[in-house]
Amino acid sequence: MTINPKAKLEETQDGTVVYNFDPLIVKSHYEIDYVHSYAQDSEFFKALGRQELMGSKCKKCGYTYGTPRGHCMECGSETEWYKLPNEGKIHAFTTCYFGGEAFLNETPFHLVLVEFEGVDSLFMSRIIGVDTEDLYVGMPIRAKFRRNLKLNPTDVYFVPKA
Amino acid sequence: MKNKGQDVYMISGGVTKFTKASPEADFRLRTKKAFDYALNDVGMTLKDIDGSVASYFSDHFQRQLMSGIMAQDYLGLTPKPSKRVEGGGATGGLSFQAGVEEVASGRMNTCVVYGFETMSHVNTWKGNEFIALASDTNFDYPIGGFYTGYYAMMATRHMHEFGTTVEQLAKVSVKNHGNALHNPYAQSPMKITVEDVRKSPMVSYPLTRLDVCAMSDGAAVAVLANEEKAFELCDNPVLIKGIGTGTDTMRLSDRPHGKVILLPNETEADYKNLKYPGVHSFRAGRSAAKEAYQSAGITDPLEELDIVELHDAYTSSEIQTYEDLGLCKYGEGGHFVEEGKADLKGKVAVNPSGGLLACGHPVGATGIMQAVFMFWQLQRTIKKHFKDDALQISNAKRGLIHSHAGTGTYVTATIMEAVK
Repeated sequence: MTINPKAKLEETQDGTVVYNFDPLIVKSHYEIDYVHSYAQDSEFFKALGRQELMGSKCKKCGYTYGTPRGHCMECGSETEWYKLPNEGKIHAFTTCYFGGEAFLNETPFHLVLVEFEGVDSLFMSRIIGVDTEDLYVGMPIRAKFRRNLKLNPTDVYFVPKA
Repeated sequence: MKNKGQDVYMISGGVTKFTKASPEADFRLRTKKAFDYALNDVGMTLKDIDGSVASYFSDHFQRQLMSGIMAQDYLGLTPKPSKRVEGGGATGGLSFQAGVEEVASGRMNTCVVYGFETMSHVNTWKGNEFIALASDTNFDYPIGGFYTGYYAMMATRHMHEFGTTVEQLAKVSVKNHGNALHNPYAQSPMKITVEDVRKSPMVSYPLTRLDVCAMSDGAAVAVLANEEKAFELCDNPVLIKGIGTGTDTMRLSDRPHGKVILLPNETEADYKNLKYPGVHSFRAGRSAAKEAYQSAGITDPLEELDIVELHDAYTSSEIQTYEDLGLCKYGEGGHFVEEGKADLKGKVAVNPSGGLLACGHPVGATGIMQAVFMFWQLQRTIKKHFKDDALQISNAKRGLIHSHAGTGTYVTATIMEAVK
C-alpha cells in the first residue's frame, strides 16, 4: 500500500496545438494500421502478379462479374473464379482534380468503369496515357500491370489500346 | 405497404442554420436548439415524448462513437427508448422512416427524430476520404475513388445515354442556390449563372465546385405522433401518407443492365432499348418511389405532387432523380430542368428550400431538414419560420421527400400530405 498525498504528475514539454481560444479548438491526432484481410477476394490480388484480371462466374446461373464476388447477387449461389479479357471498352469516365486526402498528390487522375466483351458487370480502374478530351464512352482500352506489386487494386490500370 | 399500421403525422420540426463550421456549439447543443424550437412551436414538453431515433452518419468526423446517446441524454430523453439508425447519405430519411414505424406500429404515440452531423472537425479532403470509405475498400477506394468521382462517372454515362448536357446540370445549381436566397437556414444562398457554374473549379469532370454540395455542421428535429396525439398537440399536423425504401449494390461496377422498374404511368414500350439501371440511373430511387407511391395511392406523380425535396448532393443526381421519381421519363431529366418544370413556379417545385446544394449537407441532419421544410410548406407556415414567404408554394397539398446514400445504395421516399 502506498498513500502519498504529495503524488504529482510528471510535467512534459509536449504542449498542444491551439487553433482558437474562443471557443477553445485544439489539435487531436489519430492514426492506425489495419490488419486488412482480402478474405474471399484474395485470389484477385494474387492474380494481378500473374498479369491476370480475375472476375467471377456464377456456378448455377452463369452470370459473369467484372469485379469478383464470392456469391452471385442474381441467384445467391457460389461463384467461381473467371479470367477476364485484358482488353475492354470505357463504359463511363471522369478526371478527378480533387479527391480523398490520401490521393490529393496524385491529382489530376482519370477513373473509368470498364466493360468487357461478354461479361455482365463492370470494373473500376484508373486509365493513364490520355487527356480528358481523349476519353469517350466506348473507347477501346487495355489492362497493364505493375511489375512490383502493391497488392492493392492499383496493380492493374488501363491504357488506350494501340 | 402490406400493413400500414396506425396513421402517423408530423406535428413539429426545428432546424439549425447549416454552416461550414460552428465550433461554438457541439452536436448536442445544436440538436438541443433544433429540439427546443420544435417543442416550443407546439408547446410540447419532455413528458409528451415516448421515445426517439438518433440520426447521424459517421463516427469518424469527431472520433466520437455513440454520439446518439450523448444527444439523447443532453436532450433529457433518457431513460426513454431510442436507437441510432445509419445508412450513409440516406441516414436522415431512414431515421425519419424508423420514427414513422415506431408510431405506426403502436409502440409509441409520439416519437422525436433528431439528426446531426459535425463535419468541421476535419478538413474537406479528409472528410472526402472518410466519405469515400463508404465505398468498397477492397476495390474502389484504393484507386483514388471518392464520391464526386463516382457521381461524375455516372454523369458522363447519363450524358452518353441520353444526351444530357453540362449546361443542364448547371441549371440545377442556378435554381437551387437561387431558391436558397429566401431560406435563412441555408449555408450557401447564391445568385449565379450557368456560366458561373461552368467556370467554377473542376472537382471531377464534368462536375465543378458549384455542381457539388458542401460539408456542414447542422442539426434538425422532427416530431411524429399518432392521430390522437397529433391533433391534441398540434392544430395543423401533416399526414405521412406513405413511405418507400430501395437499395442497390455498393459497387457501381456491380449494377445490372436489365429492365426498367416501371411506375404506373409508364409502359415497357417507353424503354425498349434502355439497359437498366446501369450506372446512369438509381434503381434504389425508383424502388423507393414505387413503394411510396403504392402506399400513398399515387399513380401520376407529376400531377399528384406539388413539392419535392430531393437529395441533390450533385446537380447530376437531381436530374437522375427526376427520372427515378417518375416526374419525367428516363432520359428527359435534363430537359425537365431546362424547361423550368422544377422551378418554384414550375410544374412541381423541386428543392424550393435550395436543397443540399445550397442548404448544405450535415449528413445525419439532412433528411430530417427536408422533412421539416416540407412540413412547413404543407402547413403553409414558411413565412412564420423563414420570415419570408417567397418560397411558400401556394396551395401545396402533397409533397415527397427523398434521401439518398452512396451511389444510390439506400434511397428513401416519403410522401407527406396537408390535412388542412
